[in-house]
Amino acid sequence: MRMKYVLSEVLVGLWRNVTMTIAMIITMAVSLFMLGGSGLLYQKVGDMKDLYYENVQVSIFLKTDAPEDQRTALQAKLDADPLVKDVEFVDKDQAYKRFQQMYADAPDLVNAVKPDQLPESFRITLNDPQQYKQIYDQYKTAEGIDTIVDQSKLLDKVFGVLTGIQNGALALAIVMAAAALLLVANTIQVAAYSKRREVAVMKLVGASNWFIQAPFVLEAVVAGLIGSILGLLALIGVKTLAAGSSMAALEGLITPISWSEIFLTFPLMAAVGGLVSAITAWVTLRFYLRV
Amino acid sequence: MTKTYPKASRPSLDNVSVSIEKGEFVFFIGPSGSGKSTIIKLLLHEVTPNKGRVVVNGKDVTSMRSWKRPHFRRSIGCVFQDFRLLPNRTAYENVAFALEVIGKTKAVARRVVPEVLELVGLGGKEHRYPHELSGGEQQRVAVARAFVNRPLILLADEPTGNLDPDTSIEIMRLLDRINRTGTTVVMVTHDSNIVNQMRRRVIEIESGRIVRDQARGVYG
Repeated sequence: MRMKYVLSEVLVGLWRNVTMTIAMIITMAVSLFMLGGSGLLYQKVGDMKDLYYENVQVSIFLKTDAPEDQRTALQAKLDADPLVKDVEFVDKDQAYKRFQQMYADAPDLVNAVKPDQLPESFRITLNDPQQYKQIYDQYKTAEGIDTIVDQSKLLDKVFGVLTGIQNGALALAIVMAAAALLLVANTIQVAAYSKRREVAVMKLVGASNWFIQAPFVLEAVVAGLIGSILGLLALIGVKTLAAGSSMAALEGLITPISWSEIFLTFPLMAAVGGLVSAITAWVTLRFYLRV
Repeated sequence: MTKTYPKASRPSLDNVSVSIEKGEFVFFIGPSGSGKSTIIKLLLHEVTPNKGRVVVNGKDVTSMRSWKRPHFRRSIGCVFQDFRLLPNRTAYENVAFALEVIGKTKAVARRVVPEVLELVGLGGKEHRYPHELSGGEQQRVAVARAFVNRPLILLADEPTGNLDPDTSIEIMRLLDRINRTGTTVVMVTHDSNIVNQMRRRVIEIESGRIVRDQARGVYG
């Protein structure tokens, strides 16, 4: 009977103040959507970093007129370097082939360039891509070197943007969460006020504290859980829309977010939504009902 | 014991010592602000004394943790001047509510509630709402609610304050009957008529001190 009482009180409570309940659920949903989104993005950025930095190369371009012995000396030095995982030498012909491929749709340019004009280069894979600076310092003064180009510089920019988006989503999630929190506190206060007579009698006749608090706390938790379900639906919606639009073109660049990953964020969203609501409601009651 | 409220210039109760035996019927009288109501609050563990001890039903409740308070209150019934009934519930539901929120089943309520409503003289009016009852009848519902759990102590804070003299007498007869079942009754009142008619123990408080404690006393 007590469970039935508590549950019916929860439903009555949510219904009594339905506009407030809806506002609470919507803010909760937006906040949790942002939170889930930034969580997914965080994972993706991590995955992509692993993938891209794994393949990142440092290119050491030689001067076009660098003599043979400088090249072999450099090759030997690179082979012996503990920072270097793999060295690939690209001679003029190979460089020309790459050049042809790269500018296949600009035949005039390809025709204008002769293999001789292209620099030879070493393509170096590092054990740890972060150690680019050391490589650069070590070889910048070596004989016959023209420039050293680090691809990770470019990746840093890309990931800077992604991290920025992720942080933005997280910040927005926190702001929305603050709004949701205040709405929960307010809803609980209104609910407690409208039931103040019942609460006074319950306290008087010795109803246990949890019994007095449970309907209010559960009311907030139910709203939080509905909010997290709506947040999940929003994530699903975004993925569905993204798959069918221009975002699909980026598929090769950005590792796609799978359905299972989206569904795995739900427990996180539900837990945060439920817990935050419960704690807020409980704290509000402590102050408002003094139970 | 002594109770001083924060921001008060003098103690509400100053070095007061009272012992009430099981089964007694006691009036606390005195002018407004004398500290009578503080006695009720101390007994309910709504406030705690600054100095001294409060012992209820043989248990020292002075330093009782607040989470134990609900269970403690189940052994005390309470009646107030303003009845404190739930307006959207019938007489029956008001009394049953008090049982159900402390974990009693509906079956228990169905057995006990009609019995206690009969006892307070409301047989046949179980399904009336408070606004359909007279003041005296509403107070009877409140008494039924306070007594339905068979408490050891019944506290009454000016229970006749809102009632006319005839109705007041009826409520007093009811409290007297409850007292005869062995329940201790502690009543705070201004009503000299009633005190004089009942001839029970009277404790008079003035400015936080006991100025009189008289068996079979009058209002004076």
